[in-house]
Amino acid sequence: MPKITYIEDNGKAHTVDVPVGWSVMEGAVKNRVPGIDADCGGACACATCHVYVDPKWFEKLPPREEMEQSMLDFAAAPLQETSRLSCQLKVTPELDGLVVRTPKSQH
Amino acid sequence: MFGRKSERIIVVGAGQAGVQAVASLREHGYRGAVVMVGNEPYPPYQRPPLSKAYLAGDFERERLFLRPDSFFAAESCELVLGMPVMAIDRRAKRVRLADDTTLTYDRLLLATGARPRLIDRASTRLEGVHYLRGIDDVDALRPRLVPGAKLVVIGGGYIGLEVAAVAAQRGAEVTVLEASERFMPRTVSPIVSAFYEEVHAAHGVRVMVGAKADGLEGGDRIAAVHAKGERIPADVVLIGVGVIPNSELAEDAGLECNDGIVVDEFARTSDPDIFAAGDCTNHPYLDGARVRLESVQNAVDQAKAAAAGLAGKPHAYREVPWFWSDQYDLKLQIAGLARPGDVTVLRGEPATRKFSVFHLRGGKVAAVEAVNAAQDYIIGRKLIASGKAVAAERLADTKVAIKSFG
Repeated sequence: MPKITYIEDNGKAHTVDVPVGWSVMEGAVKNRVPGIDADCGGACACATCHVYVDPKWFEKLPPREEMEQSMLDFAAAPLQETSRLSCQLKVTPELDGLVVRTPKSQH
Repeated sequence: MFGRKSERIIVVGAGQAGVQAVASLREHGYRGAVVMVGNEPYPPYQRPPLSKAYLAGDFERERLFLRPDSFFAAESCELVLGMPVMAIDRRAKRVRLADDTTLTYDRLLLATGARPRLIDRASTRLEGVHYLRGIDDVDALRPRLVPGAKLVVIGGGYIGLEVAAVAAQRGAEVTVLEASERFMPRTVSPIVSAFYEEVHAAHGVRVMVGAKADGLEGGDRIAAVHAKGERIPADVVLIGVGVIPNSELAEDAGLECNDGIVVDEFARTSDPDIFAAGDCTNHPYLDGARVRLESVQNAVDQAKAAAAGLAGKPHAYREVPWFWSDQYDLKLQIAGLARPGDVTVLRGEPATRKFSVFHLRGGKVAAVEAVNAAQDYIIGRKLIASGKAVAAERLADTKVAIKSFG
């Protein structure tokens, strides 16, 4: 099962197993990793699952679709080049080892 | 820190609001005992995917649960499932469960949610007739939605239309009966209703508005639905005609109820030791009027306010409500509540399948409906919260960037 690492704003890292087909957001919420709120449960309707993907991994992800791009513009935390909405990142075997950083706050 | 270890809060209802309240209570440092009692045999789970990806078979059941099993032990929350609460004795401060045992409480949170409104009693006994509220409902419905199956949907609201969309895409022959003159009459404006009626029709769904279901025909199992003088053959029927708040427990206990358990902006009921949150409540809206909202956002945000109050740090619940519905490849996002008399402003063209409708009241945005137009939705939400004045003509002009209104 792919392992995803979430690094909090304070530097604390959490590495958890996330089943293929789940989203990076679900991996955090289901493993009680702090930093991702996911108010809408993954419907791409709230922008509170914002993460900064590690630069080494960013290119390996499928690009943002229009809905995600629109919703991202209004995330609370500052946007960076590698910003993604983690509910839109589907875990695949190729993403084993993915590292993302969570912002200080999602609101 | 708040709450002596010897105290106990009982959360009645193991749903979206209930589990949020438990999480928030512990975040506030509440140290007393927490017991969550739910009538379904499942730990708290999210409902939105039930009529969408879960029904379609694209979403494993595991993913529905709102927290991992480890959450409850970690937060010292005792979970009692498959156990309806039958009565609240406010004088003795205890609740009676379905197995006749009792549990005492210091304070109570009622998060009992809502249940589907039945069109009549007979509907629940006819095989092939379904309502949709929980996991078990969807597991029973999904196998019926096969190619060629004649599905009649009674109710053109979110549930009915989401199921119609899933079924149509699975090859079923779908008819939607909506009693009022248009789809989603309570929640969207006529332009958006018309748009969705066309979209469903384009997917082969037979759209019938002004069509109240007069009767269900069948012996042991459903054979047809009668509406508008027509006999419509049916292999399976899905009824989605609204929900009723589960306020009976509160009513029987003498708490003030009026289309839901009446609470103030701090989620307090008429009993100082009892709070309520989510679909079961009737609460003040931003403009002071009372509403009963049926949404994840309300459950989550109101539960946070209730938990804050239970933890001794009262917090007024004052958030702009928001909703969404996924049908086919369209995302409908709504914020705020529209009222008759609002000035409606169309932005963009429905024909492009990307547009929005803003509702202005006193020159400010009071509500917004956006179809595949997330930016309009987000800006609309911000404008509702900020109360910033907007010029209708500029809002309607797509050459003016939506971000400039924020």
